[in-house]
Amino acid sequence: MSAPIEPSSNPEGNAVPQAVAEQKRILVLGATSGIAEACIRLWAGQGDHLFLVARNAGRLAAVAADARTRGAGYVGTAVADLDRTEHHADLLAHAVNSLGGLDVAYLALGVLGDQSRAERNFAEAAQIAHTNYIAPVSILTWLANYCAQRRSGTIAVLSSVAGDRGRKSNYVYGSSKAALTAFVDGLRNRIDREGVRVMTIKPGPVKTSMTERMEKYKTFADVDKVAATIVKAIDRGQDIVYVPGDWRLKMAIVRAIPEVLFKKLNL
Amino acid sequence: MPSAVENTATGAASDTTPVKPPFESWGRYPVYNADLRSIHWQDQFPRVIDGVHHGALPVGMGRSYGDVCLLKDGTLVCTTGMNRLLSFDPVTGVLTAEAGITLAQILDFAVPHGYFLPVTPGTKYVTLGGAIANDIHGKNHHVAGTFGCHVPQFELVRSDGARIVCSPTSNQELYSATIGGLGLTGMITWAQLRLKRIVSREIEYEGIQFHGIDEFLDLTTQSQNVEYTVSWIDVTSTGKNFARGIFMQGEHVQIPGELKPSRPPKLTFPFELPGWVLNGASVGLFNTLYFNKQMKQRATSLVDYEPFFYPLDAVLKWNKMYGKRGLLQFQYAIPWEHAREGTIAILHEVAKSGLASFLAVLKVFGDVPSPGMMSFPKPGITLALDFPIKPEKSFALFDRLAEMTYEFGGRLYPAKDARMTAAQFQAFYPQWQRFARYKDPALTSSFWERVVGGQGFMQ
Repeated sequence: MSAPIEPSSNPEGNAVPQAVAEQKRILVLGATSGIAEACIRLWAGQGDHLFLVARNAGRLAAVAADARTRGAGYVGTAVADLDRTEHHADLLAHAVNSLGGLDVAYLALGVLGDQSRAERNFAEAAQIAHTNYIAPVSILTWLANYCAQRRSGTIAVLSSVAGDRGRKSNYVYGSSKAALTAFVDGLRNRIDREGVRVMTIKPGPVKTSMTERMEKYKTFADVDKVAATIVKAIDRGQDIVYVPGDWRLKMAIVRAIPEVLFKKLNL
Repeated sequence: MPSAVENTATGAASDTTPVKPPFESWGRYPVYNADLRSIHWQDQFPRVIDGVHHGALPVGMGRSYGDVCLLKDGTLVCTTGMNRLLSFDPVTGVLTAEAGITLAQILDFAVPHGYFLPVTPGTKYVTLGGAIANDIHGKNHHVAGTFGCHVPQFELVRSDGARIVCSPTSNQELYSATIGGLGLTGMITWAQLRLKRIVSREIEYEGIQFHGIDEFLDLTTQSQNVEYTVSWIDVTSTGKNFARGIFMQGEHVQIPGELKPSRPPKLTFPFELPGWVLNGASVGLFNTLYFNKQMKQRATSLVDYEPFFYPLDAVLKWNKMYGKRGLLQFQYAIPWEHAREGTIAILHEVAKSGLASFLAVLKVFGDVPSPGMMSFPKPGITLALDFPIKPEKSFALFDRLAEMTYEFGGRLYPAKDARMTAAQFQAFYPQWQRFARYKDPALTSSFWERVVGGQGFMQ
């Protein structure tokens, strides 16, 4: 976390937030996604300063109102379609200026897509790849250089256990997350030594609006517990986070299954 | 290019979640299949019910006991994902929140700020919208009235897309119809709630044994200025122990204490008990033990608000105790004119039947008027009983008790009902036809279909 801004640096006392040592300045991209919103509630309750980005203005306003009510020190918002990579630089610069710096960038943009449609229709597959991989690459390129230049900050990226091995039930989504995981892992290798924490967060199935139409929804992890784990992991700056934690072992087993066998399984 | 950050499907068709197992009410009776669709955002209604053919109903936590939260073969719109806080004024204590938020979630936020619910039922796992729709009451009804008395305004969305802010001064009739309106007037998107100040989590508690309704009424009179009063009553004993019970009263402690949020409960009732476990003997034994748990005639202590208000919330899914067949609740309000004789007659009838009930709660309703057109409480005595369902015996008893309630000028509580007839409902709530004018034409419930005989839907 960077040094606190002294109140004297803002003699007019206007809208620029004044972070104190324990209060983080957090940028959330994809703020209306289920896991992101649950994290935002926790950060807001700690008084952290937030800048929230989402596409739907009404929904973003509701998330922001909730964060303000829970005690966020500052809440800025921007309505943006993050698929539009050409706007990223302006948007991100505006966000970090509004926050007066950046301690945590949290990337939660992503779509599940429709696997069976994507199997028949390249446009669907390309859309999933764009939202889950290409758009984050654009954002991460800007953020990595911003943070590396300042030698500070944490970049936390929501990937998925689905990226650990392609399976027939969701390999289009999974492959976009696999690419994202590899990108983030590589980015960590590049800028961790420059003082920037880069985190790969891999949730297992979580109860959110994204997954509620799935058959085994009732067995999925509770979103508030998942958020609490993520928020704690971000405080520690952990490199790779499986959440719930038992998915680290589950995915190690899935990865260890020999391909001759794996290709015959219904997973 | 479309969707970057939105995962939520917004179209009606893709919002559909097949219900496995069916959405159940707390009594787990009756059980109906319905198409359950969850919403997370205010903008999803009424789009979520586009193209629905058999009516729709907004629902919350499914904590009402009977069928007011069910719609056979229709569409249930589950609102619990729509649970944001929208604003809070720490000076006045007015909280604005989305209607799918639970009272538990409100408490988690409010208690550390030194605020508490103005009225709370015996479980905190109900939604704000559900609390308004059933115009719930609590242990402070005699001084605070119903939940609706503390809701200065809310927004209603109708199935035609109209968004209507309702308060005692604007759209007053719709405001009144929606409080206690069983979710039939539209979907509440957000509501305001006037919270009340507390300085401690603790309650100064006093439990007093009583024998008979007259002693209960004497205690009630002596404690009319105590904020919370409620009584547990032994409905299995006869003879000299007839209508014995424990009068429980409490006040918020006025000495500042720590205002931490509550810990989530750890216990879940693990399985369905076989139907024979709860029988006359086991419940009679429980009642004797419970009555004598308090050794002295009077006992005082300081207790946390959780066990005082929500003793049963400590065990999640405790309704499974009643087995597969579920339970029936019965709750009447009988006005003062016949309150004493009616209560005694009904208690005799219950004791005579030998049908077990150990969650029996007796309370006096005060005369604070509710803004709700269809609100249940009225000044007098209210008694709530649980029965495990034994089809021949419990239904017959239930029907007898409903008739007696009618004869004593009382009425039954829709939120706890699965049995009252159309004729009974229309006699209990003669204002139902006026209410029906404010009903949303696309919304209905199995309760409504039952008690207005189908006249309510698409009228």
